[in-house]
Amino acid sequence: MIHIATVQLWVNDQDEALEFYTSKLGMEVRSDVTLPEMGDFRWLTVGPANQPDIAIVLMAIPGVPVMDAETQKQVRELMSKGFAGTVFLTTEDVRADYQELKARGVEFTETPEERPYGIDSAFRDPSGNHIRLTQVTMAGV
Amino acid sequence: MVHAPRVRHLIRARDLVDARFSECIGVDDMARAASMSRAHFSREFRKAFGESPHGYLLTRRLERAAALLRNTDRSVTDICLAVGLQSVGSFTTSFTRTYGRTPTAYREAFPPASQQALVPGCVVRAYARPERTFREDSSAVPS
Repeated sequence: MIHIATVQLWVNDQDEALEFYTSKLGMEVRSDVTLPEMGDFRWLTVGPANQPDIAIVLMAIPGVPVMDAETQKQVRELMSKGFAGTVFLTTEDVRADYQELKARGVEFTETPEERPYGIDSAFRDPSGNHIRLTQVTMAGV
Repeated sequence: MVHAPRVRHLIRARDLVDARFSECIGVDDMARAASMSRAHFSREFRKAFGESPHGYLLTRRLERAAALLRNTDRSVTDICLAVGLQSVGSFTTSFTRTYGRTPTAYREAFPPASQQALVPGCVVRAYARPERTFREDSSAVPS
């Protein structure tokens, strides 16, 4: 059986992303290690407290030689536009979470709206990544 | 009007701790979340969950601190602050009382976090690769 264990998001600044995903979204730190033998590469993962087997890697855009300058620029641009990947989160009460997160300064791009499958909203993380927050009401979605 | 069971109010206090333990919250905030006076709240919380509100808050923080000691290479001070505690001395005392060893000794009992991190092979290969070989280094070229 194949499971989803870890997915990756590019981020502009790992400290800024860490603050956002933990202090604002309420996720917990799963791993945070810096590896000197890999040019101080930092493996930083977070995840929801109620899903200990799923994590998001908050990955800094690497420099040369891992990634050439042109590709770095392209990734940064895509990320800033919200096209470098999306995380789909679900919740039991999207309207309450919307109020809570908004009060914490989260930048919503879509306020909660009724959809055929539930109540859907969207916001951006500090790097521009598109995050959806949905209260799913349709069984099997 | 149907009143919510008492425990429904108390669970809000526990939810607050679970979600916001890393912030500077205390028993007063928990009582407020449960809409009860502090003294009444403490008695009711203990009756419902078998431990004091302060005990729940502290052990929630210590559990997180233990995980951060095992899974990160952050300093003990950083971890203390990250779980919402302000005093490293009090943190060390509480941690030692709970886990039977100091935070540093606790960490040393586990493999280093870097060895446990699930850094995939593709990342290791990309980041650990040297930038160039000596043959390409102009200083190594015989004149």
